[in-house]
Amino acid sequence: MSAQWVLGGGGPVIPKFGTPNECLKNNGWFCPEWVREHWSDILQPALIQHIELTVIAVGIGFVASFVLAFVGFRYRVFDLPLGAATDFLYTIPSIALFQLLVPFTGLTVTTIEIALISYTLFVLYRNIVTGLRGVPAEVLESARGMGLTRRQTFWRVEVPLAMPAILAGVRVATVSTISIATVGAFLIYYGLGGPIFDALGQPDIFRTELVAAGGLAILLALTADMLIVLLQRALTPWNRIR
Amino acid sequence: MPSQAAELVFDEATKVYPGRDGAAVDHLSLTVPAGEICVLVGPSGGGKTTALKLVNRLIPLTSGDIRIDGTSILQHDLTELRRSIGYVIQQVGLFPHMTLEGNIGTVPRLLGWPRAQIRQRVVELLELVGLDPEKDRRRFPAELSGGQRQRVGLARALAANPALMLMDEPFGAIDPIVRARLQDEFLRLQQELRKTVVFVTHDVDEAIKIGDRIAILREGGTLAQYDTPRRILAEPADEFVAEFVGRDRALKGLALRTLGELELAPVAGADGLPRLPAETSLRDALALLVAERGDALLVIGADGSPLGIVKREDLLS
Repeated sequence: MSAQWVLGGGGPVIPKFGTPNECLKNNGWFCPEWVREHWSDILQPALIQHIELTVIAVGIGFVASFVLAFVGFRYRVFDLPLGAATDFLYTIPSIALFQLLVPFTGLTVTTIEIALISYTLFVLYRNIVTGLRGVPAEVLESARGMGLTRRQTFWRVEVPLAMPAILAGVRVATVSTISIATVGAFLIYYGLGGPIFDALGQPDIFRTELVAAGGLAILLALTADMLIVLLQRALTPWNRIR
Repeated sequence: MPSQAAELVFDEATKVYPGRDGAAVDHLSLTVPAGEICVLVGPSGGGKTTALKLVNRLIPLTSGDIRIDGTSILQHDLTELRRSIGYVIQQVGLFPHMTLEGNIGTVPRLLGWPRAQIRQRVVELLELVGLDPEKDRRRFPAELSGGQRQRVGLARALAANPALMLMDEPFGAIDPIVRARLQDEFLRLQQELRKTVVFVTHDVDEAIKIGDRIAILREGGTLAQYDTPRRILAEPADEFVAEFVGRDRALKGLALRTLGELELAPVAGADGLPRLPAETSLRDALALLVAERGDALLVIGADGSPLGIVKREDLLS
């Protein structure tokens, strides 16, 4: 195995433990001193990397899904194959997908991103297509009758009306990406998965590190979820009345 | 508000759907004079909605032509043609994600009107259709009742002051009481606006009430009769029309005329006779005489002064 966390796993004294105190000696579940001491050299960088992984994956995944969804929506023949393709990608176990990509992109962040992006496609593609299809026929008819061009109908009517479904997809994609991204550390020490794998690799499992990094991943997911809900409210004020 | 109206001519307009037997609209020729309401009515399969949608090219003509003020619809740019025609449909089709202001301002925005002018127009139209510009401007369609939505649909269609309006069963999905009110309001508006209107309905009574002229289409999309409501009721062209307007067509005809239009006998021996204002319809007058088992009634003016006497047989002649 190639992961970096193995390197720190063997010795009896691990420099990262820092100044030993009662809590650390007993391998307590959460030692605040350790967290304070290693916030800036372990936890914070991992958190920032994790956010970066997620934003890039969801961002690129969204643009790709939107283009694919436009094709599948406008030209129905493509919908089935595109849907099946994104379904298929989603069924590959993440660890297997990382390994499959290594021969092409190596042990890099790119490999992790490619895997994460391909997982977002499934939920984003489906939601965008469903949202666009859900625009009521009478709304489209009045748009046509009033002289909106096809492009105007798409951007001014279909996309805004699909927004609740699109944002619901972004929400699921973001939260699941934050979760799946921790597995990326199986490949290289990157993101919150780094300290998690690191802790799991210690002889008795380094509990404080596991809880701190795992907790941050959960907090990050909850925060992102909340932010997207707020975005939903801001972008679709009309959708709350019903 | 000064408003131009356009003359609309169907010239042998024909629509045949590919793969289907027979035409949906078959060599339809009729002229709607500028400023009049033409109601297309008939049984389902009569092609009335198809005929309507031929005008703004939502459905392309198979053959024949339709002209607006002498210019063929085929010579207009498609989007410009549609933006110049008001379009109202039964399900209204308001944009749920836009406020009423956004909805009503749609076509003016497409036409590139300045913001201030659009805003002013929206206020004007909300008032015109009986909504409160201050309160309702920022509301969303989901907050409105069915009747209010249809008013907004009408306002939206009127926004760019079109010379021609197409209305496809606009009041069809609204309950009878509100429908009657909307019909009255629409007729009052039309007094003011004098648009050329093509109005589709399957309801004969609505056609008689709304139309300056009625075009009755029979199955296969052929024109059975095109005439004023009175003449259609008095002289149906054939058995189909007679059947379609109903056995009570004589009564419906009475509803279109008022006591004031009759020749009145001099006021003499009017004591004890029921009194009715001159604008009462003959139908209501007859109903009163039937109820009271009377033979005659006294017609009075707006100030209550007696104008003359009408006998029961005068109503029926």
